[in-house]
Amino acid sequence: MLSRTASSLYWLGRYFERTDFIARLVEATVRLDVLSPRSAGQAAWASALAVTETDETFVERGGEVRRREVARFLTVDNSHPGSIVRCLDMARNNARAVRTALTRDAWAAINRAWLTFEAKPAADDPNAVLDLVEAVKNETRGFEGAVHRMLRNQTTWFIRLGQAVERADNTARLLDVKYHILLPAGERIGGVVDRDQWTTILQTVSAVTAYRWLYSDGLTPANVIDLLIARAELPRSLAASVEETVDVLGLLARRTGLHGEADRMARVRATRMARTRSGEVIAAGLHQYLQAFIHENALLHAAIGRQFTFS
Amino acid sequence: MARAFDEILGGEDGPPTRDELAAIARWIETTPPEELRRRQRSAEATFRQLGITFAVYGESDAAERIIPFDIVPRVFLPDEWTRLSEGLIQRTEAINAFLDDVYGERRILKEGVLPEDLVLGNPQFRPEIAGMRPPHGIWAHICGIDLVRTGPDEFWVLEDNARTPSGVSYMLENREAMLRLCPELFRNFRVAAVDSYPDRLLETMKSVAPLGVAAPTCVVLTPGHYNSAYYEHSFLADSMGIELVEAADLVVDDDVVWMRTIAGRVRVDVIYRRIDDDFLDPLVFRPDSALGVPGLIAAYAAGNVAIMNAPGNGIADDKAIYSYMPEIVRFYSGAEPKLPNVETWRCREPQALQYVLDNLEKVVVKLVDGSGGYGMLVGPTASKAEIEAFRAALIAEPHRYIAQPTLALSTVPTLAESGLAPRHVDFRPFVLTGANMVQVVPGGLTRVALKEGSLVVNSSQGGGTKDSFVLMDDPVIAQSQDFGFGQTQTMGGMTQSQGPL
Amino acid sequence: MRLSIDHRTVYRFTEPQARLVQMLRVNPQNSHDQTVASWRIDVDHDARMREGRDGFGNAVTMLYVDGPVEAIKIAVQGEVVTSHSDGVLHGVHEPLPPAVFQRSTPKTAIDETLAAFARDATKGAEPHRALHRLNATVKEGFAVERGRGQPGVTAAATMARRSGTARDLAHVFVAGARSLGIPARYVSGYRLGGGAHRPAPHGWAEAWCEDIGWIGFDPCTGLSPEDGYVRVAIGLDSIGAAPVAGSRLGEGEEELDVDVTVLREE
Repeated sequence: MLSRTASSLYWLGRYFERTDFIARLVEATVRLDVLSPRSAGQAAWASALAVTETDETFVERGGEVRRREVARFLTVDNSHPGSIVRCLDMARNNARAVRTALTRDAWAAINRAWLTFEAKPAADDPNAVLDLVEAVKNETRGFEGAVHRMLRNQTTWFIRLGQAVERADNTARLLDVKYHILLPAGERIGGVVDRDQWTTILQTVSAVTAYRWLYSDGLTPANVIDLLIARAELPRSLAASVEETVDVLGLLARRTGLHGEADRMARVRATRMARTRSGEVIAAGLHQYLQAFIHENALLHAAIGRQFTFS
Repeated sequence: MARAFDEILGGEDGPPTRDELAAIARWIETTPPEELRRRQRSAEATFRQLGITFAVYGESDAAERIIPFDIVPRVFLPDEWTRLSEGLIQRTEAINAFLDDVYGERRILKEGVLPEDLVLGNPQFRPEIAGMRPPHGIWAHICGIDLVRTGPDEFWVLEDNARTPSGVSYMLENREAMLRLCPELFRNFRVAAVDSYPDRLLETMKSVAPLGVAAPTCVVLTPGHYNSAYYEHSFLADSMGIELVEAADLVVDDDVVWMRTIAGRVRVDVIYRRIDDDFLDPLVFRPDSALGVPGLIAAYAAGNVAIMNAPGNGIADDKAIYSYMPEIVRFYSGAEPKLPNVETWRCREPQALQYVLDNLEKVVVKLVDGSGGYGMLVGPTASKAEIEAFRAALIAEPHRYIAQPTLALSTVPTLAESGLAPRHVDFRPFVLTGANMVQVVPGGLTRVALKEGSLVVNSSQGGGTKDSFVLMDDPVIAQSQDFGFGQTQTMGGMTQSQGPL
Repeated sequence: MRLSIDHRTVYRFTEPQARLVQMLRVNPQNSHDQTVASWRIDVDHDARMREGRDGFGNAVTMLYVDGPVEAIKIAVQGEVVTSHSDGVLHGVHEPLPPAVFQRSTPKTAIDETLAAFARDATKGAEPHRALHRLNATVKEGFAVERGRGQPGVTAAATMARRSGTARDLAHVFVAGARSLGIPARYVSGYRLGGGAHRPAPHGWAEAWCEDIGWIGFDPCTGLSPEDGYVRVAIGLDSIGAAPVAGSRLGEGEEELDVDVTVLREE
């Protein structure tokens, strides 16, 4: 496979995953907002900006943190790279560059998602935002399915690799930004917490049902953290993303006969993850842990680029 | 202008006498227009979904559009097609001989058949590659020769495309759509299949690999996915099962071309390039080009790679050279051209210029180096101001223009806003030349001018496309044609029945 | 005359380059008035070199270098034995007919000023005389600058400044001759004189006379080249005859240093 093709597939995976993540984040935030008093709603939107690391950009633009403005900013705003429309655009550009490697189904799902935005949808009231996000999610699901139905070869592996690396990053950021909600200052773990805020987190990683299945003792911060970090059963957990990275790199290594720096880094990370206990993470400092994880993930991203000569 | 000849409904001499055409006419009549419209919309929706789009030149935001598709096919009868193919093959062979000659011995110039400066002073003649010869001496592996028709037996060559002719993906996708949407037509007519085109193209590529390469690696080279024809590039690579590369994927080392893959370098033997000469190799052509592959021409000169079509081909399809094509065909084949040229006035010649200036409202004037319907005057439909602008341009730089009579292009019934109506068409068949064979794929791209009365079929100027049926001998036109209306709805022969309650 | 040539080119890059592909036109060819006694190209890196010819008949050496390359030095050295025929070429490999050399290039584009200059200089003389007059008029009217000069200078720009390097003056001559309907081309090569360590190879022009053939003209001297000249490559302009055409893969800027010494051997 051409190095450039591999690179485009990988980035396609990353951008598609990011699109999906922002869509879920916006959806969960809309729900939280309409349930909350005005000030809490505003805080919800502020944290959505923080998770996508666009809070500064938003403020620089002179935007006021209100539902309407932030929702537009994160969904249909063409002028900043963190919006759904721009992520989709990047995903589609990468897909176009490797059009031959994709099945018609996979391409059609990306193209349909993109066309949703070409129609210049409104994102003014909560219902319009939810409709839009729902449309995007439909197509991301369609894409997931199409990739799943594609030949199990390097094409799908590079897409999955991009998705895994992106997912690890997204989940870590989500946890990191929301950690003051999970672990409120001065509040004992297990104290009274804002159930709605928590539900937002679980919704964003589609884990509401999974949580009920895995934990019988109700909604607690320690459990949520445990689920998102250490439970490989949850596809969007850090553990699952780390495992997926190792698996996919292994498949690629078997095909190309080459082992490299990225394989080694991924395996070291997976070994460490297997020993990770969420309780210890919380005790030692969740924020520091997540920052280190995000940094390591970025290093792995760079190593992948070098190993497969992306540039 | 007299009423144009309609290929299906006939001309002034009345309806066509051929059964096949009468049957197609009946299909058009019996299929309700709203049904045709529904199918057409369905085809266009598919094209949009697949991203079969093109970007329009001169539109700043590179808007992606689909080329409108018309559901009524254009039809060639078996004997018509046989005659056309012979003419196309003869012309393509002459083009290849001409290219091999002008970049080699230049016999045709030495013998005074063409004015020397018309070739040697032509910007399309590339001295940078003079003396280099492609493997097997084949230059124009893929020719798209544009034809127009004015009567039952009157076909004319309008333009030769020997560089990177596009449009073959429309031939294939239009057929795909027709098979899906109008299966009854294929039940009732024996239409020659076009879907072998990718296989034939790949065979052609393999056949022209450098000598001694047993299992050549072939690639399609595209300028990238922002190019207006990118869909076609990817479609072709995909259907041939070969890599679609960009310049940055290729490296030349030791006069050999390699592509960069995740498992290391792979040697490349044949490149079907869809980028212009200017952007092939910055060391030889445009030094400011970031698109090219440095060293590619050195590898080509060393005989280590086949580039198709070969660099330098522009001299063969230049509009100034076009007017000499009959002489060129005679010179290399020793026979009369089977396909005539449209009469052409070379404005560089004073007498011709005078005639053109005197008849601007009757003729079509074209830039010698223009394409895509730009820089063109269609006299009969032009405004006074447009005519005067061209008059001034012609007087200032006559050598840049040629002129041709306005032809009464044939029409084919086309689904217009108001229902079925005649619309003018042209035709681009594709001729493949390999090491051992010249072949014409039985089909091609029919372009249709969707505006009433318009003669400009270019997609950038509001043209659309149609499927082009080539009927085979012994068509099974049954006595009672079943076009499938008013019949039970079936799905692939299966009907859904409800079980007992 | 026996001439020894030492032509060193050094490229330095601000960022290391992943790889380099260069096309060198630095090999003089044998002809009636020029015999190459010895010639060699040395590169200070592991490199692969391939010999070939371009469309104009120039000998070309392709140079392929793997990175990382921070700087590369190309040293061309050799000896050539020369004679002269008053600038008229004999026994040169000519794959292309003269008519090809009528076309202009961006660097030799003809504008009204240039055409008028050529007309005034030659006053309707027959081609052979006209070319000598054109050559002398450029010599008289233009200051010769030492140094490599700026890249991309057009003949029209040199006309306006009335000053330029040998290369720029040759472009004026070439464009002027073409404006008179005479095929003309650029020549790169070496010239004795001007001292050691010059910052560029020399450049002059050739034009076609129906009855005589190709004749050399050096607007720096106003004369035709004699046996102090070594002819290396020709092109439609200096780009087409450039001693080094390069492409690199990597970021950053490049810095070029050229040192040419031509000496007469006893």
